[in-house]
Amino acid sequence: MAERRLSLRNGRVLDPASGLDQLMDLHLSDGRIVALGPPPIGFSPEQVIDADGLIVCPGLVDLCARLREPGLEHKGTIASETRAAAAGGVTTLCCPPDTDPVVDTPAVAQLIRRRAKTRGFARVLPVGALTKGLAGQQITEMAALKEAGCPVVGHGDKPIRNTRVQRRALEYAATFELTSFLHPADHDLSEGGLAHEGRVSTQLGLPGIPEAAETVAVARDLALAEQTGARVHFRGLSTGRATEMLAEARERGIAASADVSVHQLFLTEENLYGFDANAHLVPPLRTARDRDVLREAVASGAISAICSDHRPHEPDAKLAPFPQTRPGISALETLLALVLELARDHVMDLGTALARVTCNPAAILNRCTGEIAVGARADLCVFDLNERWRPGPDNWLSRGQNTPFFGREMQGRVRYTLASGRLVYDARNGGCPLPRSGKD
Amino acid sequence: MDPRHLQLDDEGRLKHFLTIDGLDRALLTEILDRAEGFLGVARQAVKKVPLCRGKIIANVFFENSTRTRTTFELAAKRLSADVLNVNINTSATSKGETLLDTLRNLEAMHVDMFVVRHADSGAAQFIAEHAAPFVSVINAGDGSYAHPTQGMLDMFTIRRHKGRFEGLTAVIVGDILHSRVARSQIGALRTLGAAEVRVVGPRTLIPADAEEALGVRVFQDLREGLHEADVIILLRLQRERMNGAFLPSEHEFFHLFGLTEQRIDGAKPDAIVMHPGPINRGVEMESGIADGPRSVILEQVSNGLAVRMAVMSMCIGTQNLAMASASRSAQPDQDATADLLAEELERG
Repeated sequence: MAERRLSLRNGRVLDPASGLDQLMDLHLSDGRIVALGPPPIGFSPEQVIDADGLIVCPGLVDLCARLREPGLEHKGTIASETRAAAAGGVTTLCCPPDTDPVVDTPAVAQLIRRRAKTRGFARVLPVGALTKGLAGQQITEMAALKEAGCPVVGHGDKPIRNTRVQRRALEYAATFELTSFLHPADHDLSEGGLAHEGRVSTQLGLPGIPEAAETVAVARDLALAEQTGARVHFRGLSTGRATEMLAEARERGIAASADVSVHQLFLTEENLYGFDANAHLVPPLRTARDRDVLREAVASGAISAICSDHRPHEPDAKLAPFPQTRPGISALETLLALVLELARDHVMDLGTALARVTCNPAAILNRCTGEIAVGARADLCVFDLNERWRPGPDNWLSRGQNTPFFGREMQGRVRYTLASGRLVYDARNGGCPLPRSGKD
Repeated sequence: MDPRHLQLDDEGRLKHFLTIDGLDRALLTEILDRAEGFLGVARQAVKKVPLCRGKIIANVFFENSTRTRTTFELAAKRLSADVLNVNINTSATSKGETLLDTLRNLEAMHVDMFVVRHADSGAAQFIAEHAAPFVSVINAGDGSYAHPTQGMLDMFTIRRHKGRFEGLTAVIVGDILHSRVARSQIGALRTLGAAEVRVVGPRTLIPADAEEALGVRVFQDLREGLHEADVIILLRLQRERMNGAFLPSEHEFFHLFGLTEQRIDGAKPDAIVMHPGPINRGVEMESGIADGPRSVILEQVSNGLAVRMAVMSMCIGTQNLAMASASRSAQPDQDATADLLAEELERG
């Protein structure tokens, strides 16, 4: 790729990893940050972006966003969903292995990476499957998956029912220093459930998913992590109790981390009143108390990352009686605004909130992104902290319009997104010039 | 959308009947008063009134039910409507047609009312939200959520025997967890002013946080639950509960929660016994109770017809809307309303 030089002028540069928070210029060349403050001698940018009044932070790192390709292109494609990612300031994302075919062979992982490179607007890291076909029986060729570009392994939101298989899968993954992403839900306790078991499920006559579905799974997997020494990452905690169990385990030195899906910090079971299909989620929305404990855990760092848990759907997937609808929210484009709301609501300060979507998830992936420093990859998100907007079909890029946040006032909006020094989103054009090409 | 707003039209009249939730006491009382007037229709030589003449009512049943469908069909016919029975199990959706496709097809036939039964909680509301504006929807049971006409016919039966709801203690026994009937009964009893609603059953069949969520008192002991009760409602126990590890056996259920002559002693002497049917004799109650003097089970069936006529005519009856709103605002006593309705019926 030809050397591209770009300067960002007068932005408030905020880097949660180093604690930097200062008005300054940034200079990029060949996909990397080459200087903070004054430009290197003789530096002549081809493009200058005026970031006056804007915040420049590392590009967001999302540990869970479904792109639906291959196999479910009627819901979304790598092109459409990475475009939404870029509009949301996300420059790196992990896609779970539950595509069709499943990411259980190097060929599928390579296919996703190749398509993302040629058609995508964000760096896509496929999560390799722990078992073949996500059937929970036979473990995959994880060494080959790692070789093919899977930085971590996981199981989508299908729990491995057989504890012996789970143990072996974690051990085998640990052989190659692969972290395992686990969706903590006991299969038998959550099977058939549609809502948090409690007041609202009782009123609406919906089959419940008890808190114990999550705590039983977390207890099992923490015990296995302790026994095997494998590194586990709990994807999408939903209960306060499981969060407390994780904190206790970490104090004992167990190598476990966790994230939370951003909507779990805002919505509760009460959003199910009226049978709103957009509130049909996996794991289910829990109580206000759970939400508050999750918020505290994110603030304290016990939960170290926030994900979009992006799941785009075609309209028909939500156009049915509640139990027949598919779970999930199209969430990439509201991730940043909601994270900023946590800071505005004084749940945590701005730097901490941004750390949960930049350097912290990058550390879980062991990837060198999510920070602003000389020599670092120029993955950047430039946003207006104060711009008010309402998400809606007119300003939406994801193919999935399934979100309960349409029409809700948001504050804070992405202006520019740069991935490896390339402008992949420019709000002035309502999108982006050209897909990325060439090397990653 | 909140079902509370969905069920009433701009002038506060009943448009859809999906759930008891959100309807006020005046409206529930109006249903009961109107049903009172329809009771007489069954005793006339010509068992028909023309309130829904020229209307098409479609019974759209996504779940099998002969009894409920039959009473809705009969109620519609007594209102002089044309009735269409659509049994979805044997038609469309098994060929891949979506629920909305099915509804659009029926709308194209200019059906005025859908009476729907569906295995999914919230299905009736979904249908009402997506139906054409000229269509009314009556929920004939959706999942474990609501079965409001059953709830109201039970209220009607209670009122005929007790004359009022204030001060009454009602006890519902059995599988509360899966019961749409129980949810509608509880909602109606509370709205109409019953003093106390109790539920009795093993913990596996009582839903989570029931006291807070439903506003009931929970008992695990039948004898305690029946103490000084005015109304005893037994729910049908589905056989499949034995497979789902909710219960060990019908035998043990009857042993602990079956209603017997001996156990009913703790209730008030004039307590009535109800059951939405069909009864499992020797499981929910012994035969002596079902056929005994306190049982009003067969009456419930006849009352079901009057209540369904009342709800249907309130939603799509054209001739007496004015009367309906007049009776709501003036709040006459029930006999007066019944007389008024009888007059109206004769004129029609």
